[in-house]
Amino acid sequence: MSVDKQTVTKIASLARIKMDDAECERMVPELNNILDWVDQLGEVDTSGVEPMTAVMPMAQRLRDDVVDADPLTGGGVRDKVLANAPAAEHGFFGVPKVIE
Amino acid sequence: MSNYRIQGATGEWEVVIGLEVHAQVSSKAKLFSGANTEFGAEPNTQVSLVDAAMPGMLPVPNRECIRQAVRTGMAIEAQINAWSRFDRKNYFYADLPQGYQISQLYHPIVGEGQLLIEADPKGGIPEDKIIGIERIHVEQDAGKLMHDQHPTMSYVDLNRSGVALMEIVSMADMRSPAEAGAYVRKLRSILRYVGSCDGNMEQGSMRADVNVSVRKPGPITEEHPLGTRTETKNVNSVRFVMAVIEGEARRQVDLIEDGGTVVQETRLYDPDRNETRSMRSKEDAHDYRYFPDPDLLPIELDDAFLTECRDSLPELPDAKRARYTQQLGMNDYNAAQLTAEVETFARFETLLAETSSALGKSESDVATQVANWTLSVAPGVIKSIGDEANLEYATSAAQAAILKMVDAGEVSGGQSKEIYEIVLKTGRDPAEIAETEGLKQQSDSGAIEAEIDTILAANQDKVEQYKGGKDKLFGFFVGQTMKAMEGKANPQVVNELLKAKLD
Repeated sequence: MSVDKQTVTKIASLARIKMDDAECERMVPELNNILDWVDQLGEVDTSGVEPMTAVMPMAQRLRDDVVDADPLTGGGVRDKVLANAPAAEHGFFGVPKVIE
Repeated sequence: MSNYRIQGATGEWEVVIGLEVHAQVSSKAKLFSGANTEFGAEPNTQVSLVDAAMPGMLPVPNRECIRQAVRTGMAIEAQINAWSRFDRKNYFYADLPQGYQISQLYHPIVGEGQLLIEADPKGGIPEDKIIGIERIHVEQDAGKLMHDQHPTMSYVDLNRSGVALMEIVSMADMRSPAEAGAYVRKLRSILRYVGSCDGNMEQGSMRADVNVSVRKPGPITEEHPLGTRTETKNVNSVRFVMAVIEGEARRQVDLIEDGGTVVQETRLYDPDRNETRSMRSKEDAHDYRYFPDPDLLPIELDDAFLTECRDSLPELPDAKRARYTQQLGMNDYNAAQLTAEVETFARFETLLAETSSALGKSESDVATQVANWTLSVAPGVIKSIGDEANLEYATSAAQAAILKMVDAGEVSGGQSKEIYEIVLKTGRDPAEIAETEGLKQQSDSGAIEAEIDTILAANQDKVEQYKGGKDKLFGFFVGQTMKAMEGKANPQVVNELLKAKLD
């Protein structure tokens, strides 16, 4: 699998990364190098091997259904949430008008 | 088979419908954070650093959300996947701070299931029909955008961001607006029985994406496949779902017959104009680049978890309806009415138990009486007095006491309504009301007999005619007796006494 310049331009636009022509051009061999390497991994026969989801054999931990049990993962922190917003008014984030 | 057809210039068209219903999971906290899910809070006050997608925050799934999705799957007889996984669906929009939605594309938690919609010949559903369900997956809701508060800015409220949703995807099994409406109502009923979603469509707890295509009638084959479908997003009532299908099917038929082709696209419904319009989305909007979320391990459910989910399921609508008709001897209509809403059957079953014990009779013996009271008499009284009814007084004890007096022949049907009216207004004791307000019918045979004797003596001629074969006069004697008793005589007792004297 490999990518061409057109694909790179599309990926950049989907990721909202502004890249000029020269940058896209430069990125083509870099990305293809990575893809070649992945292709190389694909040469190993993994039939019958269960896909690995984590290095350590761990189960996903689940949280209890409790509101604001931990201040770091609970609500009621509007000032902190809005602190970095370029525009915040009346408790809302303000963003350039988007209407479909 | 549904016989719903769109009449076109080239003949009849069949409509094919599939629904994706988004149902908000009833949980106190969000899917991956501890922030509150309650509706109606001040903007951005129920947003954690996880929901705002601050760098370095790690999502940890809420066990209750997983549990409710599994219980819902079990209620639609679906395959439960003990191993499921979360994926990232990547797109940029102002209501999605992460830049991706955590969802389940490749390994949903619930696989194929089904749901039964009941025959409703008058409503356009000729017979019972099974609607297949493809899958249920769990995902995050997005935030809310407001466009009309500022001239150049949209406002973003992330309170809803990260709330758990179940996306329930049906097969393209529906063929008419009526079937789709019945499907949404039945699904809502099941969710509310299970307690996994409050089903409140006005508050957006349930909304549907409506997939519609049209084709010439006939079996689906390679030569005669399904038409191209459109998807109308975020439709938030049963009525609108049905309107979207009608309108969209009509639009597609007209388009095709005018030589056009249906474009697979996303559309929006405008309830004010009752029409759908295309969302001018960019071509790449659907390039979501899904991949497994590296922040989350697969969800693995053990037997104990699954057993608890199954054991905690209540009696479901179909089973309850069958029990009402088969064991309680109720007619289909009453059974359907009583089992549609959780509040209705809860009220009915409490009153049924109370009445059965007050009368010392089995539940099946009093079921019809209690059903009529619950569905017709009680709502009628409440409606007739409107705001004057204090529903706190509508206890099952008071209602059972009234039903007991009716059963014993102490009060008539009409009197029972008058008594209940006073109960609702004042909270007084029904037996006391019957006594003090003179709302009792006379069952004392001595008093009735005395009146009958007077009447028969005064109408000797008619007695002779009756004995001579003029049976209709029996009604005259009943009427005279009731009149003499000021309408308070127990009609059954009157009948029995008259029969004994005349025949």
